[in-house]
Amino acid sequence: MSSLSIAVHDSATMLRRDAKHSVRRISMTLSGLLTPTIMLVLFNYFFGGTLGAGLGGVAHSGTYINYLAPGILIMSVASGCATTAINLCMDMSEGIIARFRTMAISRASVLTGQVIGSMIRTLISVALVGGVALLMGFRPITNPVAWIAACGVIALFTLAVTWIGVVFGLIGKTPAGANSLSLIFLLLTFTSSAFARPDSMPAGVRWFAEYQPVSPVIDTVRGLLLGTSIGNSLVLALAWSVGLALVGYVSARAIYNRL
Amino acid sequence: MMIETRGLRKSFGDHVVLDGIDLDVAEGTIFALLGPNGAGKTTTVQILSTLIRADGGEVRVAGHDVAREPDAVRAAIGVTGQFSAVDNLLTGEENLLLMADLHHLGRREGRQRAAALLDRFELTDVAKKTPATYSGGMRRRLDLAMTLMGDPRIIFLDEPTTGLDPRSRHTMWQIIRDLVAGGVTILLTTQYLDEADELADRIAVLDRGTMVAEGTPDELKRRIPGGHIRLQFADARGLDAAARALGEVARDDEALTLQVPTDGSVQSLKAVLDRLDPDAVVASGVSVHTPDLDDVFFALTSRPETLKGSVR
Repeated sequence: MSSLSIAVHDSATMLRRDAKHSVRRISMTLSGLLTPTIMLVLFNYFFGGTLGAGLGGVAHSGTYINYLAPGILIMSVASGCATTAINLCMDMSEGIIARFRTMAISRASVLTGQVIGSMIRTLISVALVGGVALLMGFRPITNPVAWIAACGVIALFTLAVTWIGVVFGLIGKTPAGANSLSLIFLLLTFTSSAFARPDSMPAGVRWFAEYQPVSPVIDTVRGLLLGTSIGNSLVLALAWSVGLALVGYVSARAIYNRL
Repeated sequence: MMIETRGLRKSFGDHVVLDGIDLDVAEGTIFALLGPNGAGKTTTVQILSTLIRADGGEVRVAGHDVAREPDAVRAAIGVTGQFSAVDNLLTGEENLLLMADLHHLGRREGRQRAAALLDRFELTDVAKKTPATYSGGMRRRLDLAMTLMGDPRIIFLDEPTTGLDPRSRHTMWQIIRDLVAGGVTILLTTQYLDEADELADRIAVLDRGTMVAEGTPDELKRRIPGGHIRLQFADARGLDAAARALGEVARDDEALTLQVPTDGSVQSLKAVLDRLDPDAVVASGVSVHTPDLDDVFFALTSRPETLKGSVR
């Protein structure tokens, strides 16, 4: 077998292992899948009345769910970081990782298998949020091309967040440490355009809210799904996603090989 | 030589763990690295099995340099570590099938080999359970079975029986002997002197990162004094008479015994008994004590206080 086909074969094996782990750790898997949907319900029904009124009904078809849904879709991706980091950190503490290192297998497959598994779990939680949002009155425009583009942007950002999660899992030492590092993405979600419009914020905060990695992704998805203006968000979103994915991938491999 | 090291060195920060180790392990033999905790045994195994890099020296395993051709080394070896290297969320059978997939065995061959190993290591009954429910001995056997799925030519066993009960320990010893009979080469580490004596063709005694002795168990035993003939007498008269006949010997008046130094050969035993005969001294019992590896260890490292935890 060529080294590429070995890498693919071994990654598939590791993905199957990861899938079995998901089933065996069912409560953790379910809480990871469902938490974003709970956030959607929480923000729409508990906070939505007040937050939505503050938006002034501008440009978002009046209801808060239309503004909120894209934000929570991306929040699902951001919270996937912690799940990835914790899973990976727990796995690294297992003796079997040392066994993998002494076997003639594709080294990267241990990480790639986990990344693909984590991406699948995150994207399922995103789909759940999307489905429940529709039930709750989210009304995106019906343009298949825009939907596919939105899915592509979400998938690319998921790839980036997952590789960063792998890095956090590797450098976090303990699951609690890995979780703490991952909080950065949750913080970025709260300081983004997910719940409130940056133009309602004070100047310095507003600048941060507009250019940090999460806002451009949310604004792009929002624009694609609701037909609002996207501006430079798409370019920023792609730049952040590709950049983070590369940084995450390169450093994760380097750290794993050095361990 | 299946394993060959010259001047193997490794430090962690200022702490020198291995200070120039030379090893030669011939094909189809069992080689034991014997030493107390912190002697450098596990570090040696980690370097030989490509887990960590040496700071200096040459290391060849299965004819390949571990630093330059780690994948060729990995293809030839199997490692069962001190800390169990099984996947705790998979069942015993799934663990073996995972190894089959990673060794790129076909589906049928993988299943057959897994079933055979489960049977051979008496794990068939628990094949569908996760290792969390296993005893220490069962975990260790599953661990070794996973190592064997790849059909390795060289197996590293890092403290294979630490923490096992006596029965599991003997089972593991038998498994190890069977493996060598099948042609594989084994390097094992142990802090148990009887284990090295029982299993190994050659032993290297490691202490604080240096090799203090190397040889067959018998060679090591011969290297130190301490062998003696012990004569037991029925009363003090016999003891006195024999002591006079033998001259300078260690005597124990309470136990009514004499200890005569010997190299353990039949000739020396006969010589001692011959000297007793003319005086018609009757010894009620005689026994020959050859030094065991405990004596060897203490004599070579002369630090008995550090070994208390490892001597059973």
